[in-house]
Amino acid sequence: MATSVERSAPARTKYEPVIGLEVHVQLLTASKIFCSCSTRFGDPPNTNVCPVCLGLPGALPVLNRKAIEFATLAAMALNCEIRETSIFARKNYFYPDLPKGYQISQYDKPLAEHGFIEIETNAGRARTPGAPQTKRIGITRVHLEEDAGKSLHEGFVGAGETTAIDLNRSGVPLIEIVSEPDIASPEEAYEYLTRLKEIILYTGVSDVNMEEGSLRCDANVSVRPRGEKKFGTKTEVKNVNSFRFIREALEYEIERQIEVIEGGGKITQETRLYNSVEGKTYGMRSKEQAHDYRYFPEPDLLPLVVDEKWRTQIRSTLPELPEARRKRMMSDYGITAQDAHTLTLTKLLADQFESAAKAAKNPKRVANLVQSELTGRLKAKGLEIEQSPITMKGVAESADLVESDVISGKMLKDLYDLAFERGKDFPAVYEEEGRPEQSRDTSALEKIIDEVLAANPKQVEQYRGGKKTVSGFFVGQVMKLSKGQANPQLVNELVAKKLD
Amino acid sequence: MDLTGLTIDSARAAVAERRTSALALAEAFYAKIGSDDPKIGAYLILSKERGLEKASEIDRLANKGDNLPPLAGVPVGIKDVLITKGVRTTAGSKILGNFVPPYDCTAVARLEAAGAVVLGKLNCDEFAMGSSNENSAFKPVHNPRDLSRVPGGSSGGSAAAVAADMAVATLGSDTGGSIRQPASFCGVVGLKPTYGRVSRYGLIAFASSLDHIGPLTKTVKDAAIMLRTIAGRDPMDSTSAELPVPDYVAELDKPVKGMKVGVAKEYFGEGLDAELRSSIEAAIQKLAKLGCEIVEVSLPHTKYAIPAYYLVATAEASSNLARFDGVRYGFRAKDVRSLSNMYRRTRDQGFGAEVKRRIMLGTYALSAGYYDAYYLKAQRVRTLLTRDFEEAFKKVDAIVAPTTPTAAFKLGEKVDDPLAMYLADIYTVTANLAGIPGISIPVGVTKAKLPIGMQIFGKHFAESTILRVANAYDKAA
Repeated sequence: MATSVERSAPARTKYEPVIGLEVHVQLLTASKIFCSCSTRFGDPPNTNVCPVCLGLPGALPVLNRKAIEFATLAAMALNCEIRETSIFARKNYFYPDLPKGYQISQYDKPLAEHGFIEIETNAGRARTPGAPQTKRIGITRVHLEEDAGKSLHEGFVGAGETTAIDLNRSGVPLIEIVSEPDIASPEEAYEYLTRLKEIILYTGVSDVNMEEGSLRCDANVSVRPRGEKKFGTKTEVKNVNSFRFIREALEYEIERQIEVIEGGGKITQETRLYNSVEGKTYGMRSKEQAHDYRYFPEPDLLPLVVDEKWRTQIRSTLPELPEARRKRMMSDYGITAQDAHTLTLTKLLADQFESAAKAAKNPKRVANLVQSELTGRLKAKGLEIEQSPITMKGVAESADLVESDVISGKMLKDLYDLAFERGKDFPAVYEEEGRPEQSRDTSALEKIIDEVLAANPKQVEQYRGGKKTVSGFFVGQVMKLSKGQANPQLVNELVAKKLD
Repeated sequence: MDLTGLTIDSARAAVAERRTSALALAEAFYAKIGSDDPKIGAYLILSKERGLEKASEIDRLANKGDNLPPLAGVPVGIKDVLITKGVRTTAGSKILGNFVPPYDCTAVARLEAAGAVVLGKLNCDEFAMGSSNENSAFKPVHNPRDLSRVPGGSSGGSAAAVAADMAVATLGSDTGGSIRQPASFCGVVGLKPTYGRVSRYGLIAFASSLDHIGPLTKTVKDAAIMLRTIAGRDPMDSTSAELPVPDYVAELDKPVKGMKVGVAKEYFGEGLDAELRSSIEAAIQKLAKLGCEIVEVSLPHTKYAIPAYYLVATAEASSNLARFDGVRYGFRAKDVRSLSNMYRRTRDQGFGAEVKRRIMLGTYALSAGYYDAYYLKAQRVRTLLTRDFEEAFKKVDAIVAPTTPTAAFKLGEKVDDPLAMYLADIYTVTANLAGIPGISIPVGVTKAKLPIGMQIFGKHFAESTILRVANAYDKAA
């Protein structure tokens, strides 16, 4: 793949890609969208099923209120307008894991429309580092629908000869988030997905876990000569199961389309599957994609009405979203954009940080410690901040100890090292080390100072000759001899007193 | 005592007063079915185990002297499009020939909770698609009044069983007239309630926005008792109405004097058999004599009802029947080469000709490029038809009309002419499109002794009104 990118690099600049993403997100409701079966992941096949999600004849769907609230909350977080009355529709197609022969979805009257996500663009970063440019990616719609089951080809008796179907997932609530074709590069697609995932995580309506399939993404992509207004023919890339692969699949697909066009060919509108091992996309047989879904309003469900009162109630549960929170945290704690980013990676982490910082004597010191002591150590160990042995509470506790002069900065550093060595949180390590305190015993310190002064007559002379900066040398020596246990400020005072 | 000739009230009383046992009553019906049904063909499956178990339970209650529920020991039959737990449910189709459901239809569960004894499952047109019961994949039903004639459809078994004393009452389903038309052909009472009045949970869907469950009975009062039992909100059906259920029985005998009864000329035009016309007109005169004021009303969009109905109904059917794909339950074709081959052969061999015809019609009506011209336009016509009724009901309390243009026709007479068959529903589909209640009651017979039915329509949720008019006519007859 890499070679193909390099070979056609000059051609690449003649064209611009146009990308739109369709993201499916599983909602974390306890029960399914149209019945009371559990949505739990990983249970034995076909154990969380009933006549409704099995699509047995005569069974009827009843809409889960929680699913509506979650979908509405997510749509609000994505800056969408919520439609007061939306309509469920049947999407008709045959597939073995689709038990009714249709999926209940929404079509021409979706739950929400006209939203956007702000992303930081590559170009912006390059031009003015530190003050990234943002770009708005429009969100066409957010709608509610049910998930299908899963076809299993391995892991059961008779696999290889037959396909088995697990309908545990059938009827799990999904939202589909469709972007406008505003995305201009695989990088932007990656950035969009990262922001989208972050926002959804913040709302708490999904765990957005690509491995468990709670986030799935299809990409529509076309290319056109730079400056051209008309869209080129698009292909739909499916079967991509990580953000990184989406970036790679798009890179490949854009190059492929450019090569086809440059070679005088035409792009066929089709669905293409991404093979992540080969890093290539392959067109599906046209027979498999000649779909007319014959949408029509679902007669078994009433129109969905989310009225003003309900909308207000749902909006009141909307948490502060990551972008706003980062800005506020930068001003509240005086931290850098980079650190605000790190600390808001997940809502849980940001909450933990803020509650720890607020409870601490000096919230800014907590932020500073994260910045100066924690992130470097994490990086050295190759850990994500969620995996840090020292929790936000631990950081706050250590900050308080420094703040009240109980331990010195040097001691803190040593304790942090121990915590990382032992894989334990700060309070535990502090306890294990016998709750050390920096020395405030003046007589013991004076003894050490006397020793230091006696051992370094030349420096004493320099000091008395007017070179006051030498006092730093004495303080350093004293700290060394006290194994970092002394309060440097106190040592400073005592040294000055002795010499003056 | 003629056990099989009893009505709901008299059957329940016989059991309650211990003049018979519920078990003996059920056995009498099974004996009657055993002797008479071979020439009629009303039943597809007998649920003896379940029925006799229920009858014994009622007898135990009766012997203890406990208060008996309102349908205690009353033997009923269930159209085979209604799901019954543990009792094979086929919808009259080969594709569900071996299907034994794991749950119960709400209406059936409510009947049993009220003490009814389910005798078995009744023959019908495949997936309730048909007007003669000749589309059953298993056997036709013969009209008990004249065995050479059809009982009507699609609830042909439900109507024939009541007419032939093989059940005290039955449940049917009505998507375009499938309760009322066979009721009229067999000379019994058939009630299609308002859309949303009775839960559809457990009714194998034909056309979800048109499907209704309702009773077929010997008397209007029995229809009121049955409706009172099965009506009311069901949390399992989002389209079931959150309205209280009136005591239809208590309201039956309220006077009809001064009530305004509408007659629409659109229901008396060309195609209405002369014998039926004069019978219906005589019935209207009788209502006038009972003190009803007869008012002419107009339902101008009636002529578009049949095409609109056959577009909406088939469109929904094409989607509802997609689940019968051979993957999870029911019939699956043998010796298939691939998944798509399995789908095709299963559905080709599993469905009958009429069902396939309607699936194709509906698929076409919903297809890209045709949706607006067919499905959407049909829905607009539906709105206009509903408005026709709303306008008319500003002037009148009920509207009367013939149930069918002709009396029961001969078996085989229309099987090769689907259009002629569709026109058998010409007077009944309007109530389904508008969602209003309609009841068909017997108002006489032709010279050939074939029953004639009259329909009474009411406003949404005004079942009490039409039952009252029907009851007044019944008592005066």
